[in-house]
Amino acid sequence: MLELQHIFKTFEDRAVLCDVNLVVPKGATHALIGSSGSGKTTLLRITLGLIPFDKGYVKINDQALLSFTQIEWADRIGYVPQDGGLFPHLSGKNNVALIAKLRGWKRTRIEDRVEQLRTLVDLGEEILARFPYEMSGGQKQRVSIMRAAMMNPDVMLLDEPMAALDPLIRRSLQQELKSIFKRLDKTVLLVTHDLGEAVYLAEHITMLHGGRIMQTGTYRDLLLNPASPFVTEFINAQRTLPDASEFH
Amino acid sequence: MRPWACTVLLLFGLFPMSSGAANIVVGGKIFTEGYILGEIAAQTLEATHVSVSRKLGMGSTGILFEALKSGAIDVYPDYSGTLAEAILKQPNLKSLDEIRQALSPLGLTISGSLGFNDTYALAVRDEFAQKHGLQSIGDLIAIESTLKAAFSYEFMGRQDGFAGMMGNYHLTFNPQNVNRMEHSLSFQAIEKNAVDVIDVYSTDAKIKKLNLRLLRDDHNYFPQYQAVWVARQSFVEKHASEWQTLLGLEGKISERAMRDMNAMADIQKFSFEKIAAQFLGSDVPKSESLTNKVLRRTREHLWLVGVSLLFSVLVGIPSGVAAVRFRAAGQAILLSSALIQTVPSLALLCFLIPVFGVGTQPALVALCLYSLLPVVLNTFTGIRSINPIHMENARAFGLNRWQVLVRVVLPLASPTLLAGIKTATIVSIGTATLAALVGAGGYGALIVSGLALNDVPTVLTGAIPAALMALAAHGMFELLAIIFIPAGLRRRS
Repeated sequence: MLELQHIFKTFEDRAVLCDVNLVVPKGATHALIGSSGSGKTTLLRITLGLIPFDKGYVKINDQALLSFTQIEWADRIGYVPQDGGLFPHLSGKNNVALIAKLRGWKRTRIEDRVEQLRTLVDLGEEILARFPYEMSGGQKQRVSIMRAAMMNPDVMLLDEPMAALDPLIRRSLQQELKSIFKRLDKTVLLVTHDLGEAVYLAEHITMLHGGRIMQTGTYRDLLLNPASPFVTEFINAQRTLPDASEFH
Repeated sequence: MRPWACTVLLLFGLFPMSSGAANIVVGGKIFTEGYILGEIAAQTLEATHVSVSRKLGMGSTGILFEALKSGAIDVYPDYSGTLAEAILKQPNLKSLDEIRQALSPLGLTISGSLGFNDTYALAVRDEFAQKHGLQSIGDLIAIESTLKAAFSYEFMGRQDGFAGMMGNYHLTFNPQNVNRMEHSLSFQAIEKNAVDVIDVYSTDAKIKKLNLRLLRDDHNYFPQYQAVWVARQSFVEKHASEWQTLLGLEGKISERAMRDMNAMADIQKFSFEKIAAQFLGSDVPKSESLTNKVLRRTREHLWLVGVSLLFSVLVGIPSGVAAVRFRAAGQAILLSSALIQTVPSLALLCFLIPVFGVGTQPALVALCLYSLLPVVLNTFTGIRSINPIHMENARAFGLNRWQVLVRVVLPLASPTLLAGIKTATIVSIGTATLAALVGAGGYGALIVSGLALNDVPTVLTGAIPAALMALAAHGMFELLAIIFIPAGLRRRS
């Protein structure tokens, strides 16, 4: 379970986050949605333990972020940065194995875990031997998910996982991700600006705007019982293509 | 960067420093006569069974003087006029006794004259002298109206040159017949009979080659440039008997003998060792084969370059990293290493002599300082040009600061970083040739002695290996790039 309670954060006297509450039950997939400037990136960095916050607490399975060092915390959260964020100088496999190596894992243990995850994300063995510049966008994402899952964290955090992919790949990877999440059986927080993606992948959605939570609920709640006009505005802003009837 | 790869760098340039236990260090200036006199002093001392180390072909008067004061050399040949003007700044001091007295507060002393005066002189062709019965400058009066002369710009310009001489000897040349020209050209002019009289230095080798006769300076008009040994007083006290041996050469080297020896070096291309041995009537010391000489110089050069390279890596990379992390200190580091770069190398060497003496030490210090900037700067820019997202991601994955540096930052910066080290190496291979001027050896020693003799082949024995070493360094860095630059980055570099 991931829990963020009453998070406040100001940057140079400007309130960036104001009383943010977000709970993702164990095994659930939750989407954090908001446009740029909504504070979602700041919230993400706070959750990762990269920047301090003014008030509130972050907990994973009832253990507070502040009671850990950055390094201890990192093993509890598997992070998939935008575009995969693979280190360009390391092969796919070395990207996946880097942290385990630094933690002193035995070679065979690393091999086994990598193999297990490779099967799970359904990635060809030869792809892992490649360097990031030799991989497609979808392959980078899968390698990045393997890396995030390597240390068997309780929570997975994905930042705009589809942003850089073209629509067709995006579609198929979304389906893929859904089943990967299922197989991983992790608590997942997905940060995105794409409502369609959020609805497709997550059971619950939290909409952030101007550093405040507008509403948390299922898509159905957001659509039928919007907490504010902004929620409706945001939903309506997702452009839908005209259907064939409009051309008659 | 991988640890084992660092070891490769560490091992580079670890050549044994060759320095035998030398008792007496003889210096010498960077021109033919300086080499010959230095070699004569060295062989004279060696005959008394003391070990001698030679620091011949050193830069300017200033460098030798600093080296002598600091005890880096013990004795070297110089000229009374130079001591009075360039060192004591009292050109009015004429006699050797006056000069010796003025040097005494500096803790230095000089011998008596070695027997010749290397000063301005007027020279005419021998048959011309016989035809007109010319012995001294004053004899020119008889033919002054028709005499054709070629004088160097310096001789024409100096107070104690042309104008003063004309007044002193009551001469009046036809201005139409007095040509100003480059010193080397005036020899050609007199050889081709285009002029009758030229100004020369009294021990110039070409006087003998062109069969010229020097006209006596009966009025003692020209300043005295008596050759003497210059030594530290403490050396004279400590090595009294050796100093006496050197004093035994007083009055032994005539102008003609010096001229002949200069000619042997400049024209017949004899080695300095051989010329000195022949003069002293001793056995010619076995001279080193060319291969051995070049090998020894290669080792010296590699040592200079290797140590400075090692230093620039061990100090430059951490400084570059620090410059990124600490803004203010970083600017200070970058600025100071850039400032060092603007100091001319010869000047830097001169500043370093009082502190580090002469030889390998000051040369190494200078080279280390020079090779710092490219490494610091490239480390700095290399790190600054990394997308900061990689650093943040690394922290999010739980890498500590050191791991972020070693696993992410340095590998990502490695192409730029390696380019900096490569620049430092190639620059330092070039700059190390100047180390010869402070007696540190290396290829520069061959180049410098070749230049002093105007002997292009000798220059090339230093210049070609230096160029080859630069090429080899280029090749080595291509190889290092394969080892150090992660394969995932090589496509871009």
